[in-house]
Formats: sequence, structure tokens, C-alpha cells
Amino acid sequence: MSDDHARTARELVVRMCANPEGGHLGGSMSMVEILVTLYRDVLRIDPKRPQAPDRDILLLSKGHGAIGLYAVLAERGFFPEELLAGYGTPDSVFTAHPNPAVPGVEMPTGSLGHGLPLGVGFALAARLDGRDRRCFVVLGDGELQEGSVWEAAMAAGAQGLDRLVAIVDRNGLQISGDTEETMGLEPLGDRWRSFGWTVLDVDGHDPDQLRSALSRVPHTPGRPTVLLARTVKGRGLPYIEGQARSHYVRLTERGHRRARAAVLRGERPRTETT
Amino acid sequence: MTVVTAEPAVSTDPTASTDSAASTETRAAREVYRDVLVELLGRDERHVCLDSDTGLFSATAWGDAAPRYLNLGIAEQNLMGVAAGLARSGRVPFVNTMATFAATRALEAVKLDIAWNNLPVRIVATHGGLSAGHLGSTHHALEDLGVMRMLPNMTVLVPADGPATETLVRSCAELPGPVYLRLGRGATPDLAPGAEPVRIGLAQRLRRGTDVTLIATGPHPVLTAVGTAEELARTGIDVAVLNMHTVKPLDREAIVEAATRTRGIVTVEEHWAAGGLGSAVAEVVADLGVACPVRRVAVADRFAAGTGGHRHLLARNGISGAAVTEHVRRLLA
Repeated sequence: MSDDHARTARELVVRMCANPEGGHLGGSMSMVEILVTLYRDVLRIDPKRPQAPDRDILLLSKGHGAIGLYAVLAERGFFPEELLAGYGTPDSVFTAHPNPAVPGVEMPTGSLGHGLPLGVGFALAARLDGRDRRCFVVLGDGELQEGSVWEAAMAAGAQGLDRLVAIVDRNGLQISGDTEETMGLEPLGDRWRSFGWTVLDVDGHDPDQLRSALSRVPHTPGRPTVLLARTVKGRGLPYIEGQARSHYVRLTERGHRRARAAVLRGERPRTETT
Repeated sequence: MTVVTAEPAVSTDPTASTDSAASTETRAAREVYRDVLVELLGRDERHVCLDSDTGLFSATAWGDAAPRYLNLGIAEQNLMGVAAGLARSGRVPFVNTMATFAATRALEAVKLDIAWNNLPVRIVATHGGLSAGHLGSTHHALEDLGVMRMLPNMTVLVPADGPATETLVRSCAELPGPVYLRLGRGATPDLAPGAEPVRIGLAQRLRRGTDVTLIATGPHPVLTAVGTAEELARTGIDVAVLNMHTVKPLDREAIVEAATRTRGIVTVEEHWAAGGLGSAVAEVVADLGVACPVRRVAVADRFAAGTGGHRHLLARNGISGAAVTEHVRRLLA
């Protein structure tokens, strides 16, 4: 993947946030590289045949990031980018949470904590079918506060689903603010490991790291894999990055121009590393 | 109910019904279901059995189908999501849990993952109504029919005896969308032999009558309706009985006939009065705009707490022949 794909996706996201309804800006921007890497370099998918029976499955469990998903699907050619102008308008298929009527969207999600159980089901079906299909589930870190996530994590570990991959968009923020102050998740890697998962730690804005980790799936025979992808909420807009207020944004015309300019400059603010 | 029961002296199985002595010749619907399911999985590669530690299944019973029996533990939300993922991949999952856990604890997953996607998941829920008996209100399911019939795409089935359970399990296996199948816990007697076989979406006519129509769903309510109708017949009151084993889609034609040809309808169910079969029937009558009174025999707006077995709780909560008789007499007064 080149930076161009991510930049285009970011442009599309800010354009959607300039709709009168606004959009989930922060959490869509934080996972742009994750989705672009998946759709460009990892997923066995064909934009012209979104329902091909041998495709890999991508579930956006953090469904509020729908505009990020729509942007990447459009950029990848599942449908023309121009259609995204319908986002937020009456009777559009582009709802604020993923709508399965949109080509490439596998399941409706957005009530949090549903994606991983669905992923376990897809992975079990693939195993029964003798398919090499892999299933990737993108989760928000705040979403990990939902109990159903851990029911599914336990099931995946117990069933040894090594073609199931969870990717946590670890931007550290939820609506109230810091995840650790709201209801802490650390030590996050240990928690997943204790459920029988292999844990990989990556910079979620570094395509090389993402690609390298995701190309090793299945990573450990008999164990599902989770990527803890360290990201920055609102990535790409320096004046709002890393701030909880980036969660949902309505951009004015002026705000849109400013955001678009920032995205096009493609500034790369530092990602916190540990 | 006119069936006299004797409590077994000792029961070591905590899930065994203390009421099962009612009918040594019959089996619990859930056992009938279990045996039919084992056969179905053996015959059809698409079928998958998802268990939630119900204790109903023996892992060794499946033979070649063993890889398609998956016990995912005590985690009902996950169970429903997993079922949706399997169904979206072309499988036909039979999901097993208790009625109240399916209808309340796992409801959002049932609504969003299964019903919204119109997936062929069969939710088979045991311990419907008050059949959990002394296990108490945590395990009573008095909301499930209302909750499930509200969900778009959902078919809601309540067999009243073992043979109907077998028929409905076999026939629902062919439906393209989701199904909620409510079973009880203990054994109940079979309905009179010779009754026409149940068919999804069509009320089963158990008795013709011209004065009032009883519409019942579930084993004890249907048996209560039949028994009460026979008693009333001896006093010269001619009561029709419909077994409404399909709560959704409801047999509107049968209700139209009841509303226009008899002087009133009495519904009988093991459910809170709000939302269940009685509500569904009343909705149809209201839509028709005909002047037909509808009386509901159901559990009042309270938790049916207290000790006692299934039959005791039914009687304590007014699911009784006396209640049906009272309503019929008032309708004809």
C-alpha cells in the first residue's frame, strides 16, 4: 500500500463529516491504515465479486467506524467514490453504522460486542467446510468493555480457531475520555493471552508493521491471533488528534477545507511508542 | 387440568420434571426434539447443533456428525452471534438454551445478528413458561413469546406435545429464516390421537363449537382448554378449541372465523398477559374492527415467585380450567 490510498480514504472520511449529519471522525481516522492494509495487501477479496464464496471475511465490530470502512471500500473499488455523497442523506444506503446493503459490508454491526462472536461463527463454519478462509474482526478498544467480546474470546481460544484474527484499534479513547480512566483495559496483552490467543503488538499507523503481522496468519497453530494496534484517534488532523472530542464531528464548510488541507499535507505526527 | 399426578419419591436429576409422573406413556418434548435432531444432523450436512451446557446432549450420541455438535459453554450472547456467523456461511444451526436466556439475556444478538439478517437459525428454547417450576423466576420464561414475535422475520412455534414437537422440528428445518421453538421441561400427555397433524402457520382445530372459541398455545394451556371444553359440553355449552402452535405468523383466518362465528374468544397461555398469544389475538381482532370480546387467561403482571412444581405454579397463577370456565360463562351471560 502507498500513502496515497490512506490519504484518499482520509479525504473521503472528512468529506462525509462535512455532511449535515456529521460522522464518527476520530475512530474512522485511527483505523485507516489498518483497513487499507487489510483491503490492499491481506484480504483475499475481489471488489467485483464481493460475495465470492472463497473470500476472506472482514467484520467491523466497532461499527461506528462505518465511514472509515465505506471510504476504504470506495477507495478499493467496491463502488464509485461519488456515491459516498449520499452519506447522511435520506434513504441513502450509507448509514452511520455499517449497512450490509453496501457492497463489501458483510454484516450490520455497531451495537458493540457483536463482531467477535460473529467472527467465531464464520471461523467455525470455515473449519467445518474445510476452507482456508480467514476471518478478521476490527474492534475498538472501548468496545472491549463489553462482556460478549470475552465470551467470544474464550470460545475462539477453546476452539483453537487459528484463522480468526482480532485487530484492536488501540487509540486509548472512548467518548468519556481515556479508556484507562473510564474502565481500564491493561494489561491488555495478558488478558488476551490468558484466553488462549497469540498477541502481536504493532504500530497501527505503520503499514509495514501491519502487513508483516497480518501476513503471518495463522500465526500459531491452534491459537487465534490478536493484533494490538497502537493508533491515534483522529489521526491526520493535527488540531484534533488524540482528543476525545474527535469522536463525532460535524465539519462546517470552512472546517472541511481545513481538514482536507491537513489530510492532503499528509503530516505524520509522531505515534506514541512503547 | 384433570390429570392427577404423584410426585416421585426421589429424583437425583435436578432437571427432571417432578410432574412427569402424569403420563408414563409420553416423553418430554425436549427429549423428542433431541432424538429428532440427532437424526437430522446425521442426514443433513448443513445442520449444526450449538449447545450452551444445557446437559440435554451427550457428545457421544452424534456419531459421524460429532464435529457438528459444538458446546460453547454458558455464554448465550456469544452463542447467538456464533450461530449467525455459521448461518451466514451456509449452515443451519440449532441453538440450544433455556427460553428466558434466549429471549432476554441474548436478545440483542438474536435481534441484530439473527433476525435482522433473516438467517436460518433455529433457537430451541427449553423451560418455556413456568415449566422451570421451583427453580424460580430467574428461570421462568413469561416474556419470550412476546419478545420473539415482535422481531421481524422470526417464526415462533410452541408445540403442545411430543408428536407436534417432532413434526415442527422437521418442518422448521426447511424454513429460510429464523425460528424460535419453545419447549417445556417435563413430560406432558399427548393430545388426543387422531387430531390432524400440525402445520406451521395453521391453527390446529381440536374441537368444533358454536358458543365461544378457546385459543391456546403450549402443552398445559392446550390440555386445559380441551379438558375445560369437554366439561362445558356436559353443561350444554359448545366451545371450540384451537391449538395455536404457531404464534407467528399467526393464523389470521382462524381468528377471523372465531371472531365472526362465535360470541367471544378466550386465550390460554403460559406467559405474562402482556405481549403473548392473547395480545396477538387481540391485535388481529382489533385490526378486523369486529365486535368480538377477547379474554386472556395468562399470568398477571407480577413475578410468579414461590415454591412448588410446574402444575402448582400454573394453578397459583390462574392458568386453570376454572379461569377458562369463568371467562366463558361471563362471555355468554
